Amino acid sequence: MNDLLNALLMIILVLNLFTLGSSRLVTLIRVVAVQGILLGILPLLLHGNLTVPVVIAALSAIVLKGSVIPAIMLRALRDAQIKREIEPLIGFLPSILLGSLGTGVALLFFGQLEVGNHHVGSFIIPTSMATIFVGFILLTTRFKAISQVLGYLVLENGIFVFSLLLIEAIPLVVEMGMLLDLFVGIFVISIITNHINRAFSSMDTRKLVSLKE
Amino acid sequence: MLFTLVLFPLFVAAVALLIPWNPWRPWLLPVGGTGHLVLTVLVLTNPGENLNFDWVVLDPLGKLILLCISVLFFFCSFYAAGYLRYWHQRPNRIFTACFSGLLGLLSLVVMSHHLGLLWVAIEGSTLISAPLIYFNRNKLSIEATWKYLLVGSVGIALALLGTFFLAYSAVSGGMAATLSFDELVRGAPALSKTWLRAAFILLLVGYGTKMGLAPMHSWKPDAYGESPGVVGAVFAGGITCAAFLALLRVYQICQAAGEGPFASLLLLILGGLSMAVAGMFLIGQKDLKRMLAYSSVEHMGILALGLGIGKTAFFGTLLHVVNNTLTKGVLFLSAANIQRAFDSKSTDVVRGAFRRLPLSGALFLAGFLAITGSPPFAPFVSEFAILKGALDSGLFFVAGLFLILLLVVFIGMGNTVLKAVQGRFPPGVGDTSYRDGWLSAAPLGCLMVLVLLLGIVIPPPLRQLVDDAVRALEGKS
Repeated sequence: MNDLLNALLMIILVLNLFTLGSSRLVTLIRVVAVQGILLGILPLLLHGNLTVPVVIAALSAIVLKGSVIPAIMLRALRDAQIKREIEPLIGFLPSILLGSLGTGVALLFFGQLEVGNHHVGSFIIPTSMATIFVGFILLTTRFKAISQVLGYLVLENGIFVFSLLLIEAIPLVVEMGMLLDLFVGIFVISIITNHINRAFSSMDTRKLVSLKE
Repeated sequence: MLFTLVLFPLFVAAVALLIPWNPWRPWLLPVGGTGHLVLTVLVLTNPGENLNFDWVVLDPLGKLILLCISVLFFFCSFYAAGYLRYWHQRPNRIFTACFSGLLGLLSLVVMSHHLGLLWVAIEGSTLISAPLIYFNRNKLSIEATWKYLLVGSVGIALALLGTFFLAYSAVSGGMAATLSFDELVRGAPALSKTWLRAAFILLLVGYGTKMGLAPMHSWKPDAYGESPGVVGAVFAGGITCAAFLALLRVYQICQAAGEGPFASLLLLILGGLSMAVAGMFLIGQKDLKRMLAYSSVEHMGILALGLGIGKTAFFGTLLHVVNNTLTKGVLFLSAANIQRAFDSKSTDVVRGAFRRLPLSGALFLAGFLAITGSPPFAPFVSEFAILKGALDSGLFFVAGLFLILLLVVFIGMGNTVLKAVQGRFPPGVGDTSYRDGWLSAAPLGCLMVLVLLLGIVIPPPLRQLVDDAVRALEGKS
């Protein structure tokens, strides 16, 4: 079980680097969706005995992150008629290198930490930190509104990985509340990106600079 | 009873979504605001009848913040009805529903004794308030909404990570993983110190973003500047209060774990920084609403500073939450009236507001005097109590800095406010048919009277409420 878990976490780390390297936004959305589905499967592996709440939470997470959110994002992309990210603040290759460096540091530094409940693989914390780091790179160095939203999703995925350590502490109501917040958040953001696109004829957030001192 | 405080505003929001009559829909807001205030008073006066659950508890701190939010929304809801009637040609379905829903979610924040539920409610309040900023539907308001959503969501995501760190500090300390506030406070001495400190930093950054503490305040001037004044009032007086309450909860856990000094130091630094940044941007500020946004950053700084000073300043800090809420209501609503009468919020155009809007102009000036801590208004009392707390704790440097920054803010704001209210307006420039009416002037008049009365005497029930909250914060309840 532990080996399978660690293998999935490794795939998540590799997907992180994919998100940094792809300029096609459709690919980016798909990669983040696959990452979301894998994350939804993880809690099922961690639980010795599957209870109804666990299955409900996992299934909702898979449906939401694997199909609903990607559908919203793809629709926003189609409405805006854009395909590619423009050259980001840090180029695609340098950002992959930066991401790998961050991942390495996270594995070295957080891999040493003593993990409280010993049945859980020790890769969880470093994977979480590395994914959060990659989310931040996407958020801060990309210019299209959609890429920034995807960065936020990767960040959120990283936090979700950390929550695997705390499965007993998070009740179903709260977990569903978090998913609902994520869904509504993406929904509202995609409406706003649509309005940005209509008002500014572009999704380039560099045009949003009228408000300053 | 407790749940009706959350469910009633949400019910009103649902009704607002369903009814098709645009001109009549805004009147749901005063109904919702009045109902919520009545429920709040009933809950506060009948403490015995509250069924408390593990996660949903109305403790003394919650009672104080609930009262603040409920009173502010009560007055703002009447103002909002008048505002939406003025803009009757614009669709107000979303605005009415979100305004009412926000009140419900903030009530949930106040009562959450489960850190996960607290996070869900705060994130919910962020999302439901975004459409309020976008009411004017122009390029500037899109930009403001986008920045608010992105900065707010990332901040709140960090708060979620901090929440998980806090739960993990229990695991690392050998306890069962938990997010229940009461269990964390009880087991606080066993929490792992490293994880707890990391959690506090993340939660301070996360909920600090929501409060608008510098340097996470960047969304604030944009959002407050481009949204309707009544939205600015509920943001600066309501949402920030709720976020401060979340920070108070985390502070309580840190204090119970013996990490009070660590938390205090960080709060002092961020509080001082917020006041300094606000002072810097207030000098030479031409935009009335951005000025108020920076004033809000300053007052969040004062709250963080007061909390950082510690026990001697708790009373002043909690009282200041109340005073700031009421005074910010006056300021944002009167600034909105002035903006509507001049069709501008820049002091390049706005001159002589006294002559064009005698009532709103006077209230704006009085609100400015109050918020900058002039006697006899209420914020003077609370700011003085915080200063005295700093001196009693021997933090002379903090006290000196506090005074200097208050002076800088007074001069900076004074310059802008006096320019706007005094003098004569240039003929023909920025004139609209708008003048003070009942619904747009009475709510802020009432709020101003409250600010003045609280400056003269604190009524015994309120003092009791604040005293109880101080005891809870000291961990003695």
